[in-house]
Parts: sequence; C-alpha cells; structure tokens
Amino acid sequence: MLTALYIMLGLALVLGLGLGYAALKFKVEGDPLIARIDAILPQTQCGQCGYPGCKPYATAIANGEADINQCPPGGDAGVHALADLLGVEYKPLNAEHGAPKPKSVAFIDEKTCIGCTLCIQACPVDAILGAAKHMHTIISSECTGCELCVAPCPVDCITMEPIAETPDNWKWKYPVIPIRAVPLHEVK
Amino acid sequence: MNAILNFFKPDFLKQKRGVHPPEHKAESTQLPIAKLAMPQKLVLPLRQHIGNMPKILVSVGEHVLKGQLLATPECTVSAAIHAPTSGTILSIADEIIPHPSGLPDKCITLIPDGKDQWTNLTSLDWRNAPKEALIASLCTSGIVGLGGATFPTHIKLRSSGKLNIQTLVINAAECEPYITCDDMLMREHAEEIVQGIEIAQYLLGAEKSVIGIEDNKSIAQQAMQAALTGKPISIVTVPTLYPSGDARQLIHLVSGIEIPHDKRATEMGVQVFNVATVRALYRHFTFGEPAINRVVTVTGNVAQPQNFEVLFGTPLTALTQAAGGAKPDTTHYIMGGPMMGFDLPTPEVPITKATNCIIAASPHLFAPPPPAMPCIRCARCAEACPIQLQPQELYWFAKSDAFEKARDYKLFDCIECGVCTYVCPSNIPLVQYFRYAKSEVIAADKAKEAADLARERNEFRLARIEREKQERAQKHAERALGTKAEAAKAASAKKDAANEAPTTEAPINSATDEAAKAAKQAAIAAAIERAKAAKAAADATGLAPKNTAPANPAVQQEIAEIDARRKNVGLANTNEAPMTADAEKQAKIAAAIARAKAAKAEAEAAKQAQNLELKE
Repeated sequence: MLTALYIMLGLALVLGLGLGYAALKFKVEGDPLIARIDAILPQTQCGQCGYPGCKPYATAIANGEADINQCPPGGDAGVHALADLLGVEYKPLNAEHGAPKPKSVAFIDEKTCIGCTLCIQACPVDAILGAAKHMHTIISSECTGCELCVAPCPVDCITMEPIAETPDNWKWKYPVIPIRAVPLHEVK
Repeated sequence: MNAILNFFKPDFLKQKRGVHPPEHKAESTQLPIAKLAMPQKLVLPLRQHIGNMPKILVSVGEHVLKGQLLATPECTVSAAIHAPTSGTILSIADEIIPHPSGLPDKCITLIPDGKDQWTNLTSLDWRNAPKEALIASLCTSGIVGLGGATFPTHIKLRSSGKLNIQTLVINAAECEPYITCDDMLMREHAEEIVQGIEIAQYLLGAEKSVIGIEDNKSIAQQAMQAALTGKPISIVTVPTLYPSGDARQLIHLVSGIEIPHDKRATEMGVQVFNVATVRALYRHFTFGEPAINRVVTVTGNVAQPQNFEVLFGTPLTALTQAAGGAKPDTTHYIMGGPMMGFDLPTPEVPITKATNCIIAASPHLFAPPPPAMPCIRCARCAEACPIQLQPQELYWFAKSDAFEKARDYKLFDCIECGVCTYVCPSNIPLVQYFRYAKSEVIAADKAKEAADLARERNEFRLARIEREKQERAQKHAERALGTKAEAAKAASAKKDAANEAPTTEAPINSATDEAAKAAKQAAIAAAIERAKAAKAAADATGLAPKNTAPANPAVQQEIAEIDARRKNVGLANTNEAPMTADAEKQAKIAAAIARAKAAKAEAEAAKQAQNLELKE
C-alpha cells in the first residue's frame, strides 16, 4: 500500500521536475504565430492596413483585432496565404484600405528637393539618404514603395515610379494553349 | 511499369533516356566556315554572359580599335566586352537584345571604319608564365562558355586552387538538331582546339582530358584524332541521343561519374568546357585575341545553310543575307536549337556570345503544335526525362501554381531540355510550364529576400528611434538633476553667509551646514588669535599705536587737564579703570548690533529660502 504511494509520489516528483526543466529549457520566445503572420506580410511598412507597420498588423491579426484582408500590397495571394495559415475563410481585399498597385519605388526630383529631411523621417526602412539643407536621394534597392514619403514633402518632389520590366526581372508567362492552332510568334 | 523494370535492370540494359529527333545537320555542313563581310553597324549588348553587367569604359563619339576593351568586368561573375572591329561609338543606349523576353537592354553601338585596325595585343607563353598572370589576363579576355551557357570562363579555370579537378571533359557532343558550329570548328580547327585543351588542362591541373563526340560526327572525330596523335588526350564516342550534350549527361557518358543533383561537377573533380571555348582560350594566349567573334550556324529556311565566323554585335539580317537570304515563307527566327532555343523578337537583334545557331523557321519546317490535350498520365515524359524527374507531377503542380510542391519535386533540377514536350502524346508544352513555374519561384524568392531586408531595416529603425528616445530622456533627467543640485548648493551658500555674521549663537536652521559652520568659526577663532598674537608682539616690541604719538603741547595739556578733572570727579582711581568701563560698554553695543544684524540676516535667509521653494 505504502510502496505504491511512494512510487506514485516519486514518479510525480521526477516527471514534475522534468516538465519544469523542459518549460525553462525549451521556452518559446515571443508569439510564433505573430512571426508566422509577419513572414507572410510583404513588409512594405506602408500602414495602409491602419496599423503602423507590418508587425503591429500581424500582432493585431494574431489577437483577433484585425481582419486578414487589409493589406493591399500583399494582394490576393497574401490574403489566401493568411487564410491558409489561420484556418479561416478567404475574403476579398477590403477596398477601404486601398487597391493593389504595381510595385513601384519612390523617386526624388533632385532639382526640386530643398533638403528638409521630412521624407527621411517618414521612411520606415531608412531608404532615403540625405542631410538637412542637402539634396536627398532614394536607395532604390531598399525602397519598399510604401509611399509614406510622398505626403510629407513640402515641395512635392517625390513621385512613385513603377518598376519597369527588364530582361533581369522578366518572367516566363503561363503557357497559352491555343484553341485554334496559331504559330507561337503570332500569339505574342 | 517500364520504370519499375528499368530499376532492376543492370546499367547497360537500361532503357536509354532522351530522344532522337531528326538531325537536320547535313544541310549546314556542306560548305566550309565562311567569314562574314563587315556589317554596317555592330550592336554589343553589355549582358552577353551570366552574371553582373560590366562597367562601360568608353563614351559616345570615341574612336576605338579592334580588340579594345569597351567594358570591364564588375565583380567576380562578369565578363568584359571588346570592340569587334575598329570604329566609332555611335551610342550607348537600350536596344532589343536576343532574349526570350524581347525587351531592350543596354548596348554599345559601334560604326566600323572599315580599317579593321587591331589594338596592341599581348600574347602569353602559357607554359612558362605563372598561373595567376594567366588567370588575370583571362579576366579581361571576355571569354565565356560558348556552348550556350555563357558562364565566364576565368571563374571555371580559377577554381584550380580550391578544387581538385582530375578530369577535364571537352563537350563536342552538339546533340541538338540543326546546330553544326562545333562540328565544323572541329573539322577545320582541330589543331587549335587541341592546343586549347592543353591550356585548360594545365590551368586546371587535371590529370586527364576526355573529348566526348557524338557518333554522327565522324569527319570531325577523324580530324580531332589526327590532331591528337602523340597527345595524352582521349576521345570517347557517345551515342547520338538528345540531350547527351548536357554537362551532367556527358560526364556520365564519358567518365561514368554521376553528379548528384545537389553537387557541382567540380566538387566531383570534373570540369567541362565546350570545344569553341577552348579554341578561344588558345587564340587568347597565343595571339592575345579577346573574345570578339564566334562560329554561328545559319540554317533552316534559308537559301544556303552554312556556318559563319561572325563578329559579336552583327545584326541577324546581315547573317541571313550572307546565307543566301531567308526564303519568303519564313515566319520568324529561332536562336539556338529547335529543342531549347527561343523565338527571336525581331530579325534586327545582334549576334551575341550565346548565339550558336540561327534557324529561320517556316510552317513547313516547324508545324505549329497541335492543340494541347489533357494529360493522360502515360508517364512517357517520366521515362524520357534525362534527369529522372516526374514531369507529369511537376506539370500538375505548375499548372495549379503549387510552386512549393514543384520545388519539392526538384523543379530546379530540370534542365529545360524539352524532351518531355517532345514525347508528350497530348502535345502539352510541359517545358513552358516548368519555365513559368521556375521564374515564378525565383521572383517569389527575390520578393521574400526583399521583404526580409525591409523587415530587418524597419526593426533596426524602430530600435534606433527607441534608443535615441531613451538617450534623450536620460540626458534630460541628468540636466534636471544637475540644475536642482546647483540650486540647493546656492541656497546653502547663502544660508552660510547669513550665519557667518553673528558672533553670538545664532539659531541654526539647517543641520547639514553645521560642519561648514564649525569650520568657519574655527577659522574666525584662529584669525582672532592671530590678530591678538600680532598685537601682543607689537606691545612686546614697545611700538605704540600710531595715533598715540605725542601731539602738540596744547593737546597734551588739554589731555592732562581732562585727566585732572576726572581725578577730581573720582570717576576712576586709575587710568585703566575708565578704559575697562569703556570697553565693557563698547562690547555691549557691538553685541547688540550683531544681534540685530543676525536677526535681520535670518529673516532675509528665511525669505530667500521661501522664494526658492516657490520657484521650485
């Protein structure tokens, strides 16, 4: 009778210690769900979703405060990916938050720029280079195309330029299967 | 079923993978390689190779000599561009380049002056020069893989230091139909090729060299055999089967080494060069010639199919005219072979380092593909696939945009040889699906990379803003603390000044000042002592006070009279008595004054303290 009790007690002690150790050793830092949602978001940091960046939006989605269809740069594919991840129904993009646009980068007309640094402060990814009373310029490889620098410019010298198709970023198109036989070059 | 049976068969009994389409090689091998007349203009795309765009060294209007460096390689994976002839730079602008996209890219346009004047060329004795110097000269030679992959050659040869290459495989298979440029090159320049092989073998430090030639090129093989007499280089004849010219296929065929899908051939000790590339190596070291021309097959729907030695940048139209002109029913041109080539956007594109063959296409040569039918899952593509992929599975994944699945099924091991499309009984353009899937996956990967960079930069920016905020707050706190301490110090100093005046015991308000006060009083006491001592010393020396010097007799008389009166009055018996009384009185007065002063100072201090408090 007592032996059984001791065995059970001992087991409970050992397992409890084991679990306690595991809880400390394998502690998960942060919310993995937020990180997984954040990985799907396009990281434009544009704030069109109503949150001050992709991470806050991811946090809001994880907490059930925001809907999954508020990210226009992510497009339809992004909503699908979020719906898959969270196991919820797909819904079309909410038009309130804007429509998807072709990917573009900001361009500063350097002749007009007065060097006010307002755009530098607005840029969420530090992609604008410049100093007070000196001309600013965009580091186009770092620009996410969030358009946050356009509004603060007092002289309206920033424009958004869509990224042109070059042989570098050109993609093979989905094969067109003709209903009527047409030579391939005419299809183009 | 066949696939399962194949698995259990020994190697030599296995069903051969690949296909054998009609060769169409005889048309363009009737005539020897001809030299093309100098065209009106040469358009040199800056990107004629895999890797980074080279940096332009010339400007518009500049006169350049044949073989002059026009653009120098930027970063490691890049190749130089040289002037194919002497002339003037007309423009540096975007022109349509031979690319499946049909998009323009940066090109240098050169107008030949007709003199064809060479720049100073420096040849190198490769047997005696150090390897580093040889590789350095290759870096600016502009030589790239001329088999079609256009990978900069200096990188492939540079690897000798790090990797242990045992076997050099020379790719002379030329397995695609229609193309005969390597065949003709071997027939006519076997000597140069063999010397080029020796250079490549020396640079790589390879133990042996093997030339792989398909068995449909017997004349070329004989020419090579003749050139090889007495040289330790062997020829392996491989069966004519497309795509045995693929590097991995050829390595397997000539050396028996199978390259794992996730490894490079160099990791297995094998390096592959095309025959045209080794010939370019020979010409570069022996004559100092950079890469300015190549042999191109012009065939298909032209009057006289032939091979030409063409300067890079030559317009395609000049080439087709030299081949007797395209027949009237020509619809478009294909660059490369019919299996892997692509349709050129216009007949105006220039010949580049990648152009091995130009085929004029017409409906009777290349009948438009019949409409695609649904996949019947016959798995004929899987049996034919030289890489042993499952094209039918990949097709489903690519069609349904399940790119991750396609990647799991080794989409990126696909060499886009087109065998699956060729054998498909439903005429499904499988390779097009795979190309589409590949470019989508590549684009998605690039977007992911950009997103990761943006996330990192955004997080860094937020962290920086937070840090700056904290630093500012800390600075503010420090400054506030500093001003408070200063104010307190000033207040206490004022209190001290107030407490200093009274000699009597003035009420002490702040306990903290007690020590300072005691010290001050000690100092005062010491000063008094010193003064007393000085006085005593003066008395001892007999020095009389200055104002007690004997005055005039009248005054002395008056003093004497007063003293006499005092005596009479009896106020004091002695001279000292009135003095002590006087002192006592004066001391009392001084004390009273001090008390009053102290009271006043105290009141003032209290007022000031109050003011300070109010201020704070």
